[in-house]
Amino acid sequence: MKRETLIWTILFIAGGLFLAVRAGTVGMGTEYVKPVDDVSVPANASDRISGVAEISWSRTIGIWTAAFFTLCIFSYLYKDNPFYKFAEAIVVGVSAAYAMVVAFWTTVIPNLLGKLFPAWIQAGAMPGLSPVRPDFWYMYLVPLVLGVMLLWRLSPVGNWIARWPLAFIIGTTAGIRLVGFIQADFLSQINSSIVPLIAMTDRGFDFWQSVRNTVGFLSVLVCLVYFFFSFEHTGFVGKVSRVGIWVLMITFGAAFGYTVMGRIALLAIRLEFLFDDWLWLIDPTGKRVGM
Amino acid sequence: MYHFLTTLDRRWIFLLMLLAVAIPILGQVQFPEKATGLAKSTFDAVEGVPDGGKVMLAFDFDPPSEGELGPMATSFVRHLCERWKEQKAQGRPTVKLYFLALWPVGPQMIDDTIEKVIKADYPEMVYGEDYVNLGFKPGYEGVIKVIVTDLRGLYTTDALGTNIDQIPMCRGVENVQSMDLVINVSAGYPGTKEWVQYAATPYPDKIKIVGGCTGVQAPILYPYIPKQLPGLLGAIKGAAEYEALVNEHYDTKKGRETPAKYLEGKRRMGPQLIAHVLMILLIVVGNIVYFIGRSREGRST
Repeated sequence: MKRETLIWTILFIAGGLFLAVRAGTVGMGTEYVKPVDDVSVPANASDRISGVAEISWSRTIGIWTAAFFTLCIFSYLYKDNPFYKFAEAIVVGVSAAYAMVVAFWTTVIPNLLGKLFPAWIQAGAMPGLSPVRPDFWYMYLVPLVLGVMLLWRLSPVGNWIARWPLAFIIGTTAGIRLVGFIQADFLSQINSSIVPLIAMTDRGFDFWQSVRNTVGFLSVLVCLVYFFFSFEHTGFVGKVSRVGIWVLMITFGAAFGYTVMGRIALLAIRLEFLFDDWLWLIDPTGKRVGM
Repeated sequence: MYHFLTTLDRRWIFLLMLLAVAIPILGQVQFPEKATGLAKSTFDAVEGVPDGGKVMLAFDFDPPSEGELGPMATSFVRHLCERWKEQKAQGRPTVKLYFLALWPVGPQMIDDTIEKVIKADYPEMVYGEDYVNLGFKPGYEGVIKVIVTDLRGLYTTDALGTNIDQIPMCRGVENVQSMDLVINVSAGYPGTKEWVQYAATPYPDKIKIVGGCTGVQAPILYPYIPKQLPGLLGAIKGAAEYEALVNEHYDTKKGRETPAKYLEGKRRMGPQLIAHVLMILLIVVGNIVYFIGRSREGRST
């Protein structure tokens, strides 16, 4: 047996024994619920002690499944392996199917079929919808036809038909985004960059606001000089563009720092889930006090 | 030592990072939080919602970013619920909460928060009168573009399938401009950037937005502060600061102890500190190794 295989075998056996002992002694990874208004809600330790709580097998299986998939994903940090591939495929498949079902029931049914055939949809699918056709209901035939044309892509014959709705989507998206960026990012940002370098308040000269405004204004200028390629970056322009590089580097550093913070937070929540909900090693919210 | 560091398997670094995060979690390490300007302006924006005001809460995130954004979402809802409770006790018109999502799993995040905060601690709040879940709509920024002028054009029902006209608190709500504040918790696209682009910027006098976002997004959103985005909570640090403000205002000042579930942000900042110290050490060591290597190369040539 290879040394690596031996180490992993030992680790798996030790981990399995640890889980078995903890599950047998403290009941880790078990979720209890209690009925409130005919709905099962999570129960706490006192509910369990008083006997109103019972084990929820669906939630318990959910916790163990989530823990298994978390470990499968973490295993990629060691090296690529079938467990990681399996978990990755499940995530992709479930996400795609979920998004499709949700979009169908939140848009296709109420906002398309519910407008074209409101009485049928109200009777058969969504009782909350109005059974009356809205004014100009026939306008909804346009998205219906475009939708059918888009699905034509799956057909072996005439799949070019799907290019027309696709062109519509690309055109409208480009138009919407163009206006959004010009208003919010281009014009508004120019407006926001024009600030008084000597800031005054009711109480007089505001030194730190002035420093902030001046640094912001100069940073914008030096970065613009860096991206100004009509002149060769030598002499004064070269020195200013070099300062521009420093400003950009500081910005990238800040962005990287934030990214690190975000990733650590994601790792922390997964570990918190493993230690709290699954292994019962910690109890930060006090839900098992007394057990 | 130099050879050891240059040939070190990166998996040891992964293990170190795992320990740096795991040990503070197991030891329940926590540090005090002091709110900075952006967290204060976000808090002030929520406090500034008038009596009987309408607040739209757009939860544009999903479980992968719950670690960062969950504490913010919880604190935002708790803050509004505390305001509702105060207004109710004093017989003033109460604040109304309108939840919606532009991400497919957003409704689950909304349900979780409603379960955790409203149903658990404010059971007197009535669905349809004090809060409503309008659910998810696909269409990215297209949804924002439509609902800023015509909410009912897209939201014909709430998340449960109830006709929007039968929901008391939705009567008279024509579009997002009817809201006194929009709170967006954002994990990416579509998110705060799109809300700023398509809601706050075209209607600067009518739509006010504050947000909470992941660390990755925060530097992209800073240029919008303060004119287009008066308040922003960046990553778990922003969440912890805002949480501290809410807890101080509604618990500490009233002599109440804050329930542990409202201390998630603070709890998750413990591992952050240790992991950041490790990260800084690794960057310093990496640079030292790099410069030693470069000087050795220089000498050999």
